[in-house]
Amino acid sequence: MSEAAATPTPQTEPVSAPLTPAREVWLHFRQNKGAMIGMYFIIALVIVAILADLLAPHSPIVQYREALLVPPVFQDGGSWRFILGTDDIGRDILSRLIHGARLSIIIGFIVVFLSLGFGVVLGLSAAFARGTVEILIMRLMDIMLALPSLLLAIVIVAILGPGLFNAMIAVSIVSLPHFTRLARASAMSELTREYVSSARIAGAGTLRLMFRTVLPNCMAPLIVQATLGFSNAILDAAALGFLGLGAQPPTPEWGTMLAGSLQYVQRAWWVVTFPGLAILLTVLAFNLMGDGLRDALDPKLKR
Amino acid sequence: MPALLEIRGLTVEFTTSRGILRAVDRVDMDVAEGEVLGVVGESGSGKSVSMLALMGLLGSNAKLTADRLAFAGTDLLTLTPRQRRKLVGKDVAMIFQEPTTSLNPCFTVGFQIVEALKEHMGGTRKWRRDRAVELLNLVGIPDPGARLNAFPHQLSGGMNQRVMIAMAIACQPRLLIADEPTTALDVTIQAQILELLTRLQRQHNMAMVLITHDMAVVSETAQRVQVMYAGQLVETRSADDLFSRPRHPYTAALLSSLPEHAERRARLATIPGLVPGIGDRPVGCLFSPRCAHANDRCRAERPDLYRDPEGLARCFYPLDDSGRPEGVAA
Amino acid sequence: MLRFILTRISLVVPTFIGILLLSFMLIRLVPGDPIEVRFGERGIAPERLAQLRAEMGLDQPLYVQFLDYLGHVARGDLGVSISTKNPVLTEFLALFPATVELGLCAMIFAIVFGLPAGVFAAVKRGSVFDHALMSTSLTGFSMPIFWWGLLLILLFSVQLGWTPVSGRLAALYYIEPTTGFMLIDSLLSDEKGAFLSALRHLILPTVVLGTIPLAVVARMTRSSMLEVLNEDYIRTARAKGLSSFRVIGIHGLRNAMIPVVTVIGLQVGSLLGGAILTESIFAWPGVASWLIEAINRRDYPVLQGGVLLVASLVMLVNLAVDVLYGMLNPRIRR
Repeated sequence: MSEAAATPTPQTEPVSAPLTPAREVWLHFRQNKGAMIGMYFIIALVIVAILADLLAPHSPIVQYREALLVPPVFQDGGSWRFILGTDDIGRDILSRLIHGARLSIIIGFIVVFLSLGFGVVLGLSAAFARGTVEILIMRLMDIMLALPSLLLAIVIVAILGPGLFNAMIAVSIVSLPHFTRLARASAMSELTREYVSSARIAGAGTLRLMFRTVLPNCMAPLIVQATLGFSNAILDAAALGFLGLGAQPPTPEWGTMLAGSLQYVQRAWWVVTFPGLAILLTVLAFNLMGDGLRDALDPKLKR
Repeated sequence: MPALLEIRGLTVEFTTSRGILRAVDRVDMDVAEGEVLGVVGESGSGKSVSMLALMGLLGSNAKLTADRLAFAGTDLLTLTPRQRRKLVGKDVAMIFQEPTTSLNPCFTVGFQIVEALKEHMGGTRKWRRDRAVELLNLVGIPDPGARLNAFPHQLSGGMNQRVMIAMAIACQPRLLIADEPTTALDVTIQAQILELLTRLQRQHNMAMVLITHDMAVVSETAQRVQVMYAGQLVETRSADDLFSRPRHPYTAALLSSLPEHAERRARLATIPGLVPGIGDRPVGCLFSPRCAHANDRCRAERPDLYRDPEGLARCFYPLDDSGRPEGVAA
Repeated sequence: MLRFILTRISLVVPTFIGILLLSFMLIRLVPGDPIEVRFGERGIAPERLAQLRAEMGLDQPLYVQFLDYLGHVARGDLGVSISTKNPVLTEFLALFPATVELGLCAMIFAIVFGLPAGVFAAVKRGSVFDHALMSTSLTGFSMPIFWWGLLLILLFSVQLGWTPVSGRLAALYYIEPTTGFMLIDSLLSDEKGAFLSALRHLILPTVVLGTIPLAVVARMTRSSMLEVLNEDYIRTARAKGLSSFRVIGIHGLRNAMIPVVTVIGLQVGSLLGGAILTESIFAWPGVASWLIEAINRRDYPVLQGGVLLVASLVMLVNLAVDVLYGMLNPRIRR
């Protein structure tokens, strides 16, 4: 800085220094209050998920036979022993929610990992191979998109059998078309750029061209889609759980916790309310962050 | 001559994420009834923005101030939006640079012309249709009856600009503002459109403000010229005087970059550098970083507009008839 | 225009063949033999199994089976439900109007509230209303609708007692289905109060199913309108001295509608997905809950036929939206 002052510069009105791209994205992201709240919520959720065993006051599956449908602490009849109350067979709801956070994060992570990974490979293959391969891949994706995603997921689970793992596979397959289409579209637009031609002329092989040259430049939309994919995965897995096709009891998955809770609507509102609130807040947090990332990464929206 | 348009001290500022940008800086402008005024400058000089401000077409991030902004004696600054809309599109009309994107892609050409008539003139449905055909005929569109049902994307850029002109003159305005009307068009079409504009201007005794970055366009049409640079008015005088004896170095530089002014076989003159943006406005004369004659005073102080026998120039050392700066030892 | 429509239809054909293939493969992907699955835990004698396999053509090569399947589909024969022994198509058609009624009401709800809200937010960009609408719609977009349904039942049915909890009509009425749409049928019938009862049954499911489309429509309208408002032709319209109502409502909205229509069309698919959840919460006797029951009963012919019908339906709706898009956008219309 002191050196800069020594060199003579033309006299102009004061101006801020230009920014590096990453820093500019971060500065833009940071201005978005909603996105920051979402990010902090997700960080907190991940910490809760990691420390679930330490944080949860009870085991998520232990049934306290003497404490069925105990209301939360702030309502008459509630106690500090079960802060958010207990369910119909006497399990502590708070502990189940805390362990459910761990499950939701794992579900989101595995689903995004699988669908992003396969989607990128399929999408880039379609963009590079063109011809029959491209038509086959993209037609298959069209067919998958013709079915409502939840119905497709249900059908897949029906074939594979209900369960948390199969539900994750189903949701991954269902989210695959979005990643494939996005990867192909961004790769196609990058392929027309000069730097790809020069890399090709320089003798880069197809695989290197795909994953080293083109892929890094397609990352921005994929990162956004991955964030939004997290929220979709959590939502769809919870829906499957709710329908009895996802995680099976006594697994403390949030959607599964809501399955069959309709009968407690009149007697125990807390059984119904808290798991859904957990799903809503988590999905909202990922959507907020995804929106913020998209705005920050999309140069068109920058002012 | 009574002034039809009278602008004093017009300033427009935009709030951007990097600070406040002063796009128009205390600009004065007079246009007489039936006069053609050319406004010349590079992109970013504020020439379009000042006219958009007059029309009330600036976005909400723009702040407009002026000592006086009057049309035919009516103070525009005190008008309600409703009163202003009665004037805009009827007595003052405007055409734009990109004819094809300036027309609504979802409506036919006829609909868009008739709409202007309906808003300001009323009349029966039949009258409006006939008038629209008459207008298309007037601006030289062949088979006007059929063209009424055409969508803008079905017409060429030149045709669309003719439609824009028809729409603008539909209600017989007293002032037409043409914002770079030929820039986006092919060279052959440019001449046709300019000819059309001057013909219509003469026939209807309509005043016209012709905004352009092209000195050649101005030389063929305008009676008087204002040169703008970085939001400021830098020179104004009659077209003849300006072209034969420019006083401001910027005007001189613009003129010498015209092909017909160049010496045979010599390289075409260019002006080095760019118009200053939001972060690099000089402390002194805004043109000083690019001026061949600038000295320490130019770089430290901002000059006012100084009156000379024929007009105004914003320069400490205006050029004399031979093109040398006055008052500077050679 | 005709050429445009024909091109669109020809593009749909491979997708339809793919859907046929998918529904054909569905039963065969289920672990175990379809016949053994049908007989379940009771088991079946090996000779009887071979006989049935031959009867159903399951001993034929796969491509013969597929052609056979195509023949049946072409004749409208989608098989027979294992649990009810009724033809799948008959069952589907009986339940379909209930789903359509719910879906249509949800979509209308979404458009009636989403479109004006989106336009207003775009015009008043950065205002309190804009921020409030954006937060609300993002929350709506993130909503687990099965929980949202439970919450609304908790509030409106249980706490306030305003709306019924389940079904399409109070038990004291009986309406003979003519159109299959309860709102219309109840109006046509002599039963007084039946229409109101049908309406009250419809409100909560409509809101639940319409929440996500509402959020999507509002957000899409806003962003599309924001883009359009920056266009040159909006400046031209304002330069003509038109009122803001005309500039925004005619010149703006006409163009902003084009992407919104596409988004509304794309919502039909997720609407059917949402219908699965909504119908199961409100015991709504529609196609979606029928499919879930079929899965629980391992009634594979129903699942196969249902998947084929639903996928074809979504495909047709998307085709219709494509054509509508072409009609709205003169630049495509030729």
